[in-house]
Amino acid sequence: MISMNKVSKHYGSFQVLADCTTQVHKGEVIVVCGPSGSGKSTLIKCVNGLEPFQSGEIIVNGVSVGDPKTNLSKLRSTVGMVFQNFELFPHMRIIDNLAIAQVKVLGRNPEQAREKGFKLLDRVGLRVQAEKYPGQLSGGQQQRVAIARALSMDPICMLFDEPTSALDPEMINEVLDVMTELAQEGMTMMCVTHEMGFARRVANRVIFMDQGRIVEDDSKEAFFGNPRSERAQQFLAKILHH
Amino acid sequence: MHEFDWSSIPNALPFLWDGMKISLEITLSAVVFGIVWGTLLALMRLSSITPLSWFAAGYVNLFRAVPLVMVLLWFFLIVPHLLESLFGLPRGTDMRLTSAIAGFALFEAAYYSEIIRAGIQSVPKGQMAAASALGMTYGQAMRLVVLPQAFRNMVPLLLTQGIILFQDTSLVYVSALADFFGAAYKVGDRDGRLVELLLFAGAVYFVLCFAASRVVRHYQNKMKTA
Repeated sequence: MISMNKVSKHYGSFQVLADCTTQVHKGEVIVVCGPSGSGKSTLIKCVNGLEPFQSGEIIVNGVSVGDPKTNLSKLRSTVGMVFQNFELFPHMRIIDNLAIAQVKVLGRNPEQAREKGFKLLDRVGLRVQAEKYPGQLSGGQQQRVAIARALSMDPICMLFDEPTSALDPEMINEVLDVMTELAQEGMTMMCVTHEMGFARRVANRVIFMDQGRIVEDDSKEAFFGNPRSERAQQFLAKILHH
Repeated sequence: MHEFDWSSIPNALPFLWDGMKISLEITLSAVVFGIVWGTLLALMRLSSITPLSWFAAGYVNLFRAVPLVMVLLWFFLIVPHLLESLFGLPRGTDMRLTSAIAGFALFEAAYYSEIIRAGIQSVPKGQMAAASALGMTYGQAMRLVVLPQAFRNMVPLLLTQGIILFQDTSLVYVSALADFFGAAYKVGDRDGRLVELLLFAGAVYFVLCFAASRVVRHYQNKMKTA
């Protein structure tokens, strides 16, 4: 579904990504973790072309992201993305946040788009909030709406960029629950997150990054049981023992 | 000591009202055209296409570095000739109003574009990213997501600029156009009551602009609490 081959990116002389190679198969859930500044967010933003990269190749569902001839908007409409800061459109009601791209990008009729929006809101438990504006919802609720908004496009896979990092602790679980449910339904997912509990429960594989490189790319059993690199051992020791 | 005599004002009111209509017409047209053209300039300025962004930067810097009254005179002198030769209009057609509106609109667009550019930049980058991630093109993301938020933040500044513009319309006296100020001047000159008429005109400008700026302030406060 997603295949990366030697993807590299640099800002001037600063190397953000170095020779990143990995595959994500249909139905797989990949957790990407690593210290801050290791390039994990940049990596998943390269998958839908939100971040350009200088060399290497990313193929999403048979389409090359780096190819200048690729219609990036069309590609992005098939890949759902959830951001750290939710990024709901504050000037639109919740239901319109869910309907607008369906109508303007996919050309669905507005009635159907709203209908689908209501169904998805039902699914994340927020139907009653449909007519409110994003600012009237809690962070956890906004992020669940953001997930529903991404799903409204019927994506073939979902990218999560630290979806719980901006949330108060008591709201993290409501978002992780929605993500877990999604994974159980077979959605292909790539999640940048520090939630190691989520990784243990839900992920098939864990990618560990450091200084722009993919240091480990292994099954979750192998990663949590017996990380090979010293860097990953240190990282796990730090986040698990406190 | 000057003895005030206000008696010439009541009879002149219809004439002054005609002048006010011209002032308002210039203001409204220049605000509308200025915002439309200013938005385009701001988008060009922020564009990654170098010639467009250079053109917009040059335009804005040029108009912001010359006095308004000079721009009005250029347009007063040039636009009629241009239109006459372009559309074969008879010589001496009165185009003072058209050229005044054109001059104000093009001049104000430079100021509006800077306000609008700042407004666009005040919208968090993540909004553009989120819109793009949903498959919107750059144009759709701008039109549906970024600009509506930018304009909402900018309304007070745009209105304030409109109030300044309304005051500046008095500069059309250089083309002898009878706007409100011009009309007051003419009446005062005719009746030998220039001081009274100018005081009266000043009071009218003050009341209108002060009231309008209170409305803007009220709107601003409402936005803060919303």
